[in-house]
Amino acid sequence: MRKQRVRDRAAPPTLERPGVAWAVPGLLFFLVFAVAPMVGVLYLSFTHWDGLNAPQFTGTENWSRFFGDSQVWQSTLVTGVLLVGNIVVQAPVSILLGVWSAGHQRNRAVLSAVFFLPLLLSTAATAVMWRQLLDPNFGLPSKFEWLFGSNPMGTQQGAIACLVLVTSWQFVPFHSLLYQGAARAVPHTLYQAAAIDGAGRVRQFVHITLPQLRNTMITSTIFMVVGGLTAFDIVLLLTNGGPGTDTAILPFSMYQTAFRTYDYGYASAIASFLLLLATAASVLLTKLSGYDKMTSTMEGL
Amino acid sequence: MNSVSRRWFLTATAATTLSVTVAGCGSSGSSTSSPKGNVDFWTLQDPTNSVQKAAVDTFNSAGKGKVSMTVIATDGYKDKLRTAMGSAKMPGVFFSWGGGSLNDYVTAGKLVTLDTALESHFLPSALAAGKVGGKLVGIPCRGTQPVFLFYNKKLFADAGVEPPTTYAELQNLVKIFKGKGITPLALAGNASSSWTELMWVEYLVDRLAGPKLFDKIQGGDWSQWKDPAILKTAQMIKELVDSGAFGKKFGSVAYGPGGTTTLLNKGKAAMVLMGSWEYATQQSEAPDFAKNGLGYVAFPSVEGGKGDAANVVGNPTNYLSVTTAAAKQTATDFLKTTYSDSYVQGLVEKGEVPVTSNAAQYLTKAADPAYAKFQYDLVQKAPSFTQSWDQALGLTLGTPLLTEIQKLFNGQSSPEQFVSAVLAIKK
Repeated sequence: MRKQRVRDRAAPPTLERPGVAWAVPGLLFFLVFAVAPMVGVLYLSFTHWDGLNAPQFTGTENWSRFFGDSQVWQSTLVTGVLLVGNIVVQAPVSILLGVWSAGHQRNRAVLSAVFFLPLLLSTAATAVMWRQLLDPNFGLPSKFEWLFGSNPMGTQQGAIACLVLVTSWQFVPFHSLLYQGAARAVPHTLYQAAAIDGAGRVRQFVHITLPQLRNTMITSTIFMVVGGLTAFDIVLLLTNGGPGTDTAILPFSMYQTAFRTYDYGYASAIASFLLLLATAASVLLTKLSGYDKMTSTMEGL
Repeated sequence: MNSVSRRWFLTATAATTLSVTVAGCGSSGSSTSSPKGNVDFWTLQDPTNSVQKAAVDTFNSAGKGKVSMTVIATDGYKDKLRTAMGSAKMPGVFFSWGGGSLNDYVTAGKLVTLDTALESHFLPSALAAGKVGGKLVGIPCRGTQPVFLFYNKKLFADAGVEPPTTYAELQNLVKIFKGKGITPLALAGNASSSWTELMWVEYLVDRLAGPKLFDKIQGGDWSQWKDPAILKTAQMIKELVDSGAFGKKFGSVAYGPGGTTTLLNKGKAAMVLMGSWEYATQQSEAPDFAKNGLGYVAFPSVEGGKGDAANVVGNPTNYLSVTTAAAKQTATDFLKTTYSDSYVQGLVEKGEVPVTSNAAQYLTKAADPAYAKFQYDLVQKAPSFTQSWDQALGLTLGTPLLTEIQKLFNGQSSPEQFVSAVLAIKK
């Protein structure tokens, strides 16, 4: 009754959003499994903890070590390179594939089903399979040296390229699926109008399809950025951070520090940094892209 | 409200994965132990698991308590164990490499001191790495595992050469096999196999300077890395790598089937420096090769070195330890199966050389008595048996050391950079 009156007086232009009560289960889950561990990690980053005895408070020791650690900066750089590499390779391929597969022809439906197969495999299975395939003595490089070089994972550039290749192979189907759905939602009237105005296939793609996919691109990029910052399984299983420490990305360094050398305090410092980085990247992306204004691409239709 | 919750959501997405990983190890609890009851037994996945399983089954059917065995793969074993040891999920009996890996657990009060009466059943030299501060906390559960050179007999016969006895001969063999397009020495150099590269460092340092040098390092004098023998070793490794002794692709070769083991039995590589378990690994992958084609010889002497060429490095043996979480009586009773006749004989049949005092009589029953005797003689005649450095130092120092060794092999650090980087590990 009271709500009704408020709405009458304010006459809001938008639809009413659901109340806070709806968010309680999600928020509780989030508090227990995300906020609490985050606070824990922050606390641990100021301690020395070997995992067996009680953590000892050591002040900023971990952090001063962190800022002087060249390995951390190398890891940050490699993380960044992998992130950019993944976006540069995956975004164009998945946009084209997604838009193409949005057509309703039967051959497209069959081929789409084939493309989406890698999505059904777990990352662990994918990584193990590719590690076998890329083995320099018994895998593809021993037969197709002209294509892969003799030892694709033996150099830093090669190992990074392999990581991008395998990640793309696995995740392009997922992003294509996003674009396929979005492309199908583009109203036909737009294309009909453009055709009447004399726009060809390419102009229609550039001036109608791409702008209409804008929100999907942002969503897809955020997935890639956040996924890239926490992509750990593929590195662990495919290169194990090697050669040397050349592909030890931040999450991998964190794992290495925590579970190989049992320095949970310093690992927590790396984790906190990663947390900061991921948050900053997401906030930046949403701000820059205007995602938070939530404007529809359907305006005027 | 709307904007706040969305930001939370974004942060959550980013943070959940990593936070949960770290939070997973925070739980702790105390467990009560009664004298008899269930004991969780964690062991490493390897060809001797069937022998352990038989021992567990026999023990369980005797009705003195129940032991349940969990087999864990090599790659994740140590971190899984470590994480569990800080939590309520601590196993009752576990497999380890002894030495430094047990220090932390003793300091944290997780281990039970074992009855010294057990000692009489084992060779004294094999018990050393099972003791921490003079207290017995681990008893041998497997054979001794010295490291030595394995070679492909057929390749050596085809080339008309003999296995090396000196380092100069080894260098000559490198040239010969390289000329034939065969990798002279298989080496697993991918990022998770750097322990195989460590074996080269251990042997060269031992041959150049003798075992005392590492004894001092293990004893806590980290400045001993400045010893000229360390730099000389690093230079010799660089020469080997540069001369193509390990081939060009070793940086992404793995240990075991599909890696060095297969390279050797397929005749793609002539030799490999590996622990005695290589025999069992070959046996399960290529039984015919293990029987007829696999040759073995002690690590060659190094001209001008101070170390005795009869010294060996490797794992004196592996150990079983009992934690405070175990039902003590059941666990201690179970440990007795490790020197039972059937267990010792089972190990011998798998190509192991047990370090129990009743082992000698079974060696003739080994599948390959000559191989068993070779190892037995090697270990018996050795003036010193240095435990693998990464095991002896423990993981906190061992892991960064392995990383530096890998950089040296990969050519990412020069011998001089290697020495200074290793010195910087322990401030």
